[in-house]
Amino acid sequence: MNPTNYVILASVLFSIGAIGVLVRRNAIIVFMSVELMLNAANLAFVAFARMNGNLDGQTVAFFVMVVAAAEVVVGLAIIVTVFRTRQSASIDEPNLLKY
Amino acid sequence: MNNLGETLVFWICGGLAVIGAIGMLVSRKAVHSALFIAMTMINLAVLYIANSAPFLGMVQIIVYTGAVMMLFLFVLMVVGVDSSDSLIETIRGQRIAGILFGLALGVLLVAFLGTAISGMPDVGLEAANSEYGGNVEGIAHLIFGPYLIAFEATAALLITAGLGAMVLTHRDLWKPKKSQRELSEERFMVGAGHPGNKPNPGVYARHNAVNTPAILPDGSLALDSVPEPVRGRDDSLIVDHRDVSEVLELSEGDSFDGNSREGGAK
Repeated sequence: MNPTNYVILASVLFSIGAIGVLVRRNAIIVFMSVELMLNAANLAFVAFARMNGNLDGQTVAFFVMVVAAAEVVVGLAIIVTVFRTRQSASIDEPNLLKY
Repeated sequence: MNNLGETLVFWICGGLAVIGAIGMLVSRKAVHSALFIAMTMINLAVLYIANSAPFLGMVQIIVYTGAVMMLFLFVLMVVGVDSSDSLIETIRGQRIAGILFGLALGVLLVAFLGTAISGMPDVGLEAANSEYGGNVEGIAHLIFGPYLIAFEATAALLITAGLGAMVLTHRDLWKPKKSQRELSEERFMVGAGHPGNKPNPGVYARHNAVNTPAILPDGSLALDSVPEPVRGRDDSLIVDHRDVSEVLELSEGDSFDGNSREGGAK
């Protein structure tokens, strides 16, 4: 099994995540798409680690997971705060700065 | 590594991961999206393990599907499960443009990466994994060796993130919390309603259906023992008058004999 396949799978998942970020309006689903993109990057890291025969890629993927966990905590807290003030989780709603 | 088993695992788990990602993209409800992406993440964990990264696979399952996705579901419950997308486009043509951009990005990534790395050798991780006795030991050697500063920084980052989440979601109380005594006094205040438990429907009635009101000790019907949604429909529906009169007769005829009743006391 050529590890290139894993990288291509990671690219596909990354693109699906990008489409999700661009198309969906619910802030939580946008956030899930960002998580999907991070996961795709991790898969690429793991595949590259295998291709190069050292564990640095896996270590970096581990750090990405840690940072993603921290990001999820803060991001979801922001979503909850916005929901409390605006009663909506749509990313089109906080547009008051326009007016 | 070049065996049929890994090919099977790749196509099955990779296919399921892509299906989960697309399901996340197209499902209207946020809960369905969360479950789809949890499926994607579990399949990615299997792929990590197939790529001789068992530690990352386990961390993926524990951290992502266990902690992160459950946190997502928790916030979905806070924000409202039925919060679905609005179909109004604030920027005209944004949806089409977004899909086109994503597809173009995918084609670009696949084409570039596919051609750029297709000639690279597949060294495999057997040597690197066995150098320190295993995958976990090898990663530990890296984390606590060359990457030690980064590891310490992630510790600080996690603490800061936890504190930040607490500060962001913290809400000050509007007024002082009520003590138990104040709560109790409020409950017994005149006009505050029923101080204790309301009687259950069906008490002293022939059967315990919820649409049979309880009969109070003085023989009157306690209409508020019938649940509100049932009571709200139709007055003729809620009270089974035949039952009530039968029960009243039974309660007035003072020769109460448990055995003479049909059905008996169960």
